[in-house]
Amino acid sequence: MNLAVRDIRHNPGRFVLTTVGIGLLLMIVMGMGGIYRGLIAEALLLVESIDADLWLVQGDTRGPFAEISRIPANLEDRARAVPGVASARRFVSHTIQREVRGRPLRMVVEGLSWPDDKGEWVPIVEGRALRQAHYEFIADKSLGLSVAEKVKLGKDAYEVVGLTTGMVGSGGDGMAFFTVGDAQAIQFNVPGEAARLERAARFQRAQADETGRLQPLLVERARGPSGKLPSLSPPQVSAILINLAPGASLDRVAATISGWPDVSVYSTQQQTDLLLSGMVDKARRQLALFRALLIIISAIIMALILYTLTMDKLHDIAMLKLLGARNGVILGLIVQQALAIGVLGYALAYFMGRWVFPKFPRLVVVETADLLSLGGIVLAISLIASVLGLWKAMQVQPNEVLS
Amino acid sequence: MNAAISTAPAVEAFQLTKVYGSGNTEVVAMRDVSLSVARGEVVALLGPSGSGKTTLLTALGLVNPPTSGRIALDGVSVLDGQHALANLRTLRRQRLGFVFQKANLIPFLTALENVQLACEINDTAPRPARERAMELLEYLGVADRAGNLPAMMSGGQQQRVAVARALANNPSLILADEPTAALDGRRGRQVMELFRKVAHEQGAAVIVVTHDHRALDVFDRTLEMEDGLLIAAGATTGTQRNETHSK
Repeated sequence: MNLAVRDIRHNPGRFVLTTVGIGLLLMIVMGMGGIYRGLIAEALLLVESIDADLWLVQGDTRGPFAEISRIPANLEDRARAVPGVASARRFVSHTIQREVRGRPLRMVVEGLSWPDDKGEWVPIVEGRALRQAHYEFIADKSLGLSVAEKVKLGKDAYEVVGLTTGMVGSGGDGMAFFTVGDAQAIQFNVPGEAARLERAARFQRAQADETGRLQPLLVERARGPSGKLPSLSPPQVSAILINLAPGASLDRVAATISGWPDVSVYSTQQQTDLLLSGMVDKARRQLALFRALLIIISAIIMALILYTLTMDKLHDIAMLKLLGARNGVILGLIVQQALAIGVLGYALAYFMGRWVFPKFPRLVVVETADLLSLGGIVLAISLIASVLGLWKAMQVQPNEVLS
Repeated sequence: MNAAISTAPAVEAFQLTKVYGSGNTEVVAMRDVSLSVARGEVVALLGPSGSGKTTLLTALGLVNPPTSGRIALDGVSVLDGQHALANLRTLRRQRLGFVFQKANLIPFLTALENVQLACEINDTAPRPARERAMELLEYLGVADRAGNLPAMMSGGQQQRVAVARALANNPSLILADEPTAALDGRRGRQVMELFRKVAHEQGAAVIVVTHDHRALDVFDRTLEMEDGLLIAAGATTGTQRNETHSK
């Protein structure tokens, strides 16, 4: 006769509430693991999906994600000249926060090297990739924008031509893919008054300088747009992405570029390491510690619940001992209930998690390996948590039934 | 349902003494008590509160070993002072039945399951255990309550189920500690008569601790305790007689 089942049947409300409580706790443990995985996945998403062999960034920096990197766009041409390089493209990445439809819109602006890169590698779920050099972009669904919607960023309005999903930055903000030119225009947008003041200041500096007095035409140009001044560099990019020719040696190309004193070069693996050891390291360690604490707390709570359930049955356990029941009967009563609470709580956590986690604002990745390991941990917790109750049950003397 | 009757007394006690505490706090709860009860005999154990009746009963039930003295079941010594000569839990499972003032039924089991559990504990397979449990409930007149939880039964019905549970393993000795204390006179007498019926029909020895002098005619013999001593013994109905040893 299964005493555990009959005890549960006798007081289903208590069992259901206990199991739901444990289930919610385990869902939090599961979610914490999922957030930990999601943080890593989000951090590595772009690096892995952009499919570059080498990342050329500002010298002595760990850019473009771990820190700011600014390099001249024409480095693209230098990179193409290196033997073994099949293609090089400009890459711009920065985060902006604007207000759209009266609510804050925070997005990671990614610049694609038009016309080589039209964003066809981006997983588009609605609409299309870029078709023109300006005023179009592909938005992640998490930004809440829809196809054909126009968003004013800086001086220009940009139309959403495609929607993608799951493309978020390491901070959890949705990505928006523009051409590099548009991304730069958004990044370096200067209000009209600021541009006029800068031109006036430039004009005054040129007038005061001897060069200006000797070359009046140059002073005249100083009043105009900065793009018409050959002495000023064009807007810079965050990185140059390099793809190697088939059969080319990554190490050899990287060694060649490393010899350039003005840049640093990283492989995709090194970029991944930079992200994991730098940007998300503390966050993921914090989540891992918090998860470990939650597991310990779950074990303690389960132990207390099972101890209380056992305490409620001490008189019945004494009676069973008086009747001559073997220890196995008593152990079965306690351990089977512990396992029932653990297994059902775990199942509840799994199904509630499947429903709840997609509603979280950031990515929650629950991997099979994590589910299996948590399942093993729950089984272990159930058994360990039973020990306290079992210990108490074993202390009960049969003559206590008389008390 | 009849058990094989052994010719040896169901239970024998030789000079049982039980001492609680030590030094200044020492209390002698039972002193040099000897007795013998045969199968089929129903014995009442009388005495005021604190006289040592329950101590004697729990010692005979192998749950509270005496400080000294020897206990034999069916002619075989099982306990010598604190020293167990056999597995006491197994002996309780196979040879003894208990009934208390409160029925002490397991609250989350039905009447049938309470009795069935006792059978299963004694290694009876579930289906035969269920059949025997039903048979016992019918025997004790509570078969109509088989599916009820203890909380849904009256005190008398619970006590009948407790008696059924005590009979589940065909015990050679049934020990009852004030089983009618919580019942009214009529129901109390019914339970006592039940013990007599069980003893005579099942061949079990029954020792009942009781304060209820109205039902003494039900018993074959009475034993009386005072201050830990067995001071008197007497036949009531004279159906069976056994020597009672007391120092």
